[in-house]
Amino acid sequence: MNNTRLNIFVGHFGSGKTEIAINFAIHLKKYYNKVSIVDLDIVNPYFRTKDVTGILEHKGIKVIAPMFANTNVDIPALPAEIISLFQDKEYRVVFDVGGDDIGATALGRYYKYFANEKYQMFFVANMKRALTNNAGNTIELLREIEKKSRLKVSDLINNTNLSYSSTIEDLLKGQKVIEKISREIKVPIRYITGKHEILSQLPHDLKEKAFPLRLYLKMPWE
Amino acid sequence: MSDKVLMKGNEAIAEAAIQAGCRYFFGYPITPQNEIPEYMSKRMPKVGGVYLQAESEVAAINMVYGAAGAGARVMTSSSSPGISLKQEGISYIVGSDLPCVIVNIVRGGPGLGGIQPAQSDYFQAVKGGAHGDYHLVVLAPSSVQEAVDLMTDAFDIADMYRVPVMLLGDGMLGQMMEPVEFKEQKGRDLPSKEAWATTGTKGKRRKNVVNSLYIDPKELEDLNIKRFERYKQIEANELRYEMINCDDADIVLVAYGTTARVANSAMRSARSEGLKVGLIRPITLWPFPVEAFQKAVQTTKAFLAVEMSMGQMVEDVRMAINGAKPVHFYGRTGGMVPTPSAIIEELKKILGGER
Repeated sequence: MNNTRLNIFVGHFGSGKTEIAINFAIHLKKYYNKVSIVDLDIVNPYFRTKDVTGILEHKGIKVIAPMFANTNVDIPALPAEIISLFQDKEYRVVFDVGGDDIGATALGRYYKYFANEKYQMFFVANMKRALTNNAGNTIELLREIEKKSRLKVSDLINNTNLSYSSTIEDLLKGQKVIEKISREIKVPIRYITGKHEILSQLPHDLKEKAFPLRLYLKMPWE
Repeated sequence: MSDKVLMKGNEAIAEAAIQAGCRYFFGYPITPQNEIPEYMSKRMPKVGGVYLQAESEVAAINMVYGAAGAGARVMTSSSSPGISLKQEGISYIVGSDLPCVIVNIVRGGPGLGGIQPAQSDYFQAVKGGAHGDYHLVVLAPSSVQEAVDLMTDAFDIADMYRVPVMLLGDGMLGQMMEPVEFKEQKGRDLPSKEAWATTGTKGKRRKNVVNSLYIDPKELEDLNIKRFERYKQIEANELRYEMINCDDADIVLVAYGTTARVANSAMRSARSEGLKVGLIRPITLWPFPVEAFQKAVQTTKAFLAVEMSMGQMVEDVRMAINGAKPVHFYGRTGGMVPTPSAIIEELKKILGGER
């Protein structure tokens, strides 16, 4: 199991960071007593970690979110409580960061803490998103996120999907592009994520990277 | 790889507008539609278009007025309070017989209201939010794909009849992500803009004038009558709606936009419990699909309109039914979204009362 205490999920908005962060926190809880997830999204008005607070708290995961998240106002004020997670070293922490370099700006405020402790920053990539559909524009965004957060991406996650129309073919084509990115920027691909039905079709050599997701963010008609 | 991409509703609307030939976008930020200007700001320069963040919504709609007057394919987008600010400009655009597309990604109201989804701008969109005799053509997609498919129509209808067209979505449609495909759009044979667009005479023709002030009352009346003749054509040619399971339905749900998806889900569950429920989904809110109701009213016993409002479209449903059958209403407001189970409960209450 992953043994870094601070885990940060960044990427293009709509790349799937939130679902992955939620699943990651739930996974961590199997191994660690104290797990917290921080909804650090200052961009998105709806469909965020805070939506599933009930499920996460029921599993014993501490949820910290901007106090006005999911209300009717657009005030992305980050709670001071986040600092406690840098101080209480018993916590395993998952940071669900807002999309793009704009969302990553929120990380800059915690730079002095990240500079003093080992962290892992996962860059989530979905090659079926319109503005990150090739190596060039994806690396460009990754670099922008690094610049704004003043942190370095340590791992890549292939989350290539089309929501309810996802296929293994798309996931594998996405894998080829992300492998190219990985070689170019010398950052390893840590996980390949998706629904279990799709990951079970992965070829043998990629199976060890599979991280199956259960989807928690639902539409009102689902 | 399939040609589909995964997009947020707002992004997809912006891309679809660009693919429909829109090259001018003027707007001002407001949640929950910010991804439209955000996307436009990235893409417009790459396709040789103009993206401009105006100093206000009022400025943005008047820039649209100017660009439309010069014959451009132009769009603006906003959310409820911002659309209220644009109303004066919309009336001037109508009064000058100019085409443009306005996107409203509706949030809770009145006032600043809130940033969560709502459908409480129906009256404003459909009944005329600004002054004067006029209609907007109002298109209400219920999925990201449908929003994309309707964008070419929106620009074509605008150009065909020289009217502003509004794409009305709620915050959920703007924020949700779905796979979409950008199909090759044929577009229509559209009339030339030469006769009225202010593109420069180059000394070769009489000047075109964009104007909404008429000194002579008779002239103004004549123009209003001519405009309403075009509205008649729109009513005849541009009606869009969907009817599901209405043939044997005891009760027909009526809902548009994302609420229609909640209603559809409620209908399927209710059917599995043996309740005969149908659904009418207006896609054009103006012109309102009266003919769908005239068909359904022959066989069904009652209607239930579901909206994210205190009851606005339900008035058009009542007018379409004209007292022939009872019309019930269920709504949530303020950013609250109806659930399938709440709709089923309403259906049971109504059907129970009918027996």
